[in-house]
Amino acid sequence: MKIIVAIKQVPERDATLAIAPDGKWIEESDLSYSINEPDAYALEEALQLKEKNGGEVIALCADPERVAATLSEALAKGADRAIHILTDSDALAQSDTLSVARLLADAVSAESPDLILTGLQSDDLGMGQTGVVLAELLGIPHATIIIQVETGPTGLCVKRELEDGWFQHVDMPVPALLAIQSGGNKLRYATLMGIKKAKSKPTITIPAAPPVSPPAIELTRAYLPEKLKRTRMLTGTPAEIAAQLVEKLQSEVHVL
Amino acid sequence: MSGVLVVVEHRSGALARTSLESLAAGQSLAKQLSTDCSAVILGEGVAPLASDLSGKQLAKVYAAEHPLLQQYTADGYTTSLQQLVAKLAPAYVLFLHTYQVRDFAPALATRFGQVLISDVTAIQEGPTFVRQLFQGKLNADYRPAAQPTQAPCFVSIQAGAFRADSLEPAATPAPIEAITIDLAPNQIRTTPSPLFRESARTVDLTIAPVIVSVGRGIREQDNIPLVQALADAFGAELAASQPICDAGWVPMERLVGSSGHTVSPKLYLAVGISGAIQHLVGMKDSKTVIAINKDENAPIFEVADYGVAADLFEIVPALTNAILEAKGNTVES
Repeated sequence: MKIIVAIKQVPERDATLAIAPDGKWIEESDLSYSINEPDAYALEEALQLKEKNGGEVIALCADPERVAATLSEALAKGADRAIHILTDSDALAQSDTLSVARLLADAVSAESPDLILTGLQSDDLGMGQTGVVLAELLGIPHATIIIQVETGPTGLCVKRELEDGWFQHVDMPVPALLAIQSGGNKLRYATLMGIKKAKSKPTITIPAAPPVSPPAIELTRAYLPEKLKRTRMLTGTPAEIAAQLVEKLQSEVHVL
Repeated sequence: MSGVLVVVEHRSGALARTSLESLAAGQSLAKQLSTDCSAVILGEGVAPLASDLSGKQLAKVYAAEHPLLQQYTADGYTTSLQQLVAKLAPAYVLFLHTYQVRDFAPALATRFGQVLISDVTAIQEGPTFVRQLFQGKLNADYRPAAQPTQAPCFVSIQAGAFRADSLEPAATPAPIEAITIDLAPNQIRTTPSPLFRESARTVDLTIAPVIVSVGRGIREQDNIPLVQALADAFGAELAASQPICDAGWVPMERLVGSSGHTVSPKLYLAVGISGAIQHLVGMKDSKTVIAINKDENAPIFEVADYGVAADLFEIVPALTNAILEAKGNTVES
């Protein structure tokens, strides 16, 4: 089974963010980046499927040069090769889901995989739709929020998570695209051997094609959210803080 | 293209409560634009639900019935709504940002060369659609690049952003129009099985007066008893955020957030929860929120009444002891 995993690089989760001078994005210099965590779960699912069924795992991304480190990590964890659609950092911030999905779709079409996996959403934009749009552009079926993938003779049987503790099995033919729910598998670390091997694995770099149409939606302003409530911050030693909290719980919240 | 069309979700023969929120959002947007708001419901045997909808302040209720829509499929919904949107030509198509909508609405927007503005928390003058970036650390304003008079603008609304009880009832019932959908079995490529639940529920978080909730900051499963002890000291229910339930450290039935429960207890004590938006929507209506998190910039402090920016491994045991002591004193006095 030939599997492509679409991954994205995002600022580290605990990064302190500052708004860029144009007020439309964040200041990107001085940030550390890592793989978008939901995509790490998609990669893990792909590697496990390969271990079970054989085949090939290809890591695919459309990101600026900095993503090379994340791709190397994917190769070190066990991906067989990588495709890097090289974008301009500014261009990507100003493009939209459809433009990015078109770049990915072109690269995927050239490979004719059996399965494409993505994370559920990105930690930066959080639009949660690149996978579904990619499937639509490729004309293949998809399913989202997937926590289990079984392969059979005619296709896949996947388990979808729904709200409020409900689940559903869905049968579907391949090729197909699945957006994988985070947390279903334990993420692996790259081994020393894996890191060594990664150096000899191929990464193809393709320059991003110019967009075929202007973006359909525009991000006009990024800003720090206004505080919804006035938070009273309590300080002191742990014992002092605990005492203050107990006092509030008794006199104001009335739960003690 | 004109007007606002709200796509209404239903499950087990009833309108989803959250769908009423999307109707409230639709009415509000229509008012701002001085235009009409209509609703559409898809499925098989949805006539009773359409007449429920006609009791709301709507220009029209469209009922799209087809045997192949008896169960939800992304293909069935995308194709049906593509026909509907092409026929009705609304300027805005609104959804609630549910798991179901996330599964098909991006594909529907793609068929019109558009991009869904997803998980919107507010609609401002313009209209400008506000959504969150970086897991709630930033807000961003979005607008469609083209005039929605030329191409429909697709928007999904975050649960809890609009209040179902602000929905205006109809002065006179809205007319219901049946819409014929052209759908063939071979257009539906997936075969869904019936929904199921893994295990019986043993807890009802929605009625708990005090909830102690744990997040990623707890670091490992072996540390969960620390927070359980705090919950026990209160006589509270233990809850958790998505990563903790995903990892199986706390059962899924105790999940608070967009894919779990929405709760509004007297006290919500968030321990090591950064406050990703998916979590905040499930607890922001709590009467009092106390947050303990080592990162003073964590979004959870945006909704907290009392905040402690410190190491939970120091604060939680101290607080557990202080509560037990306070309770002990109460009994004695």
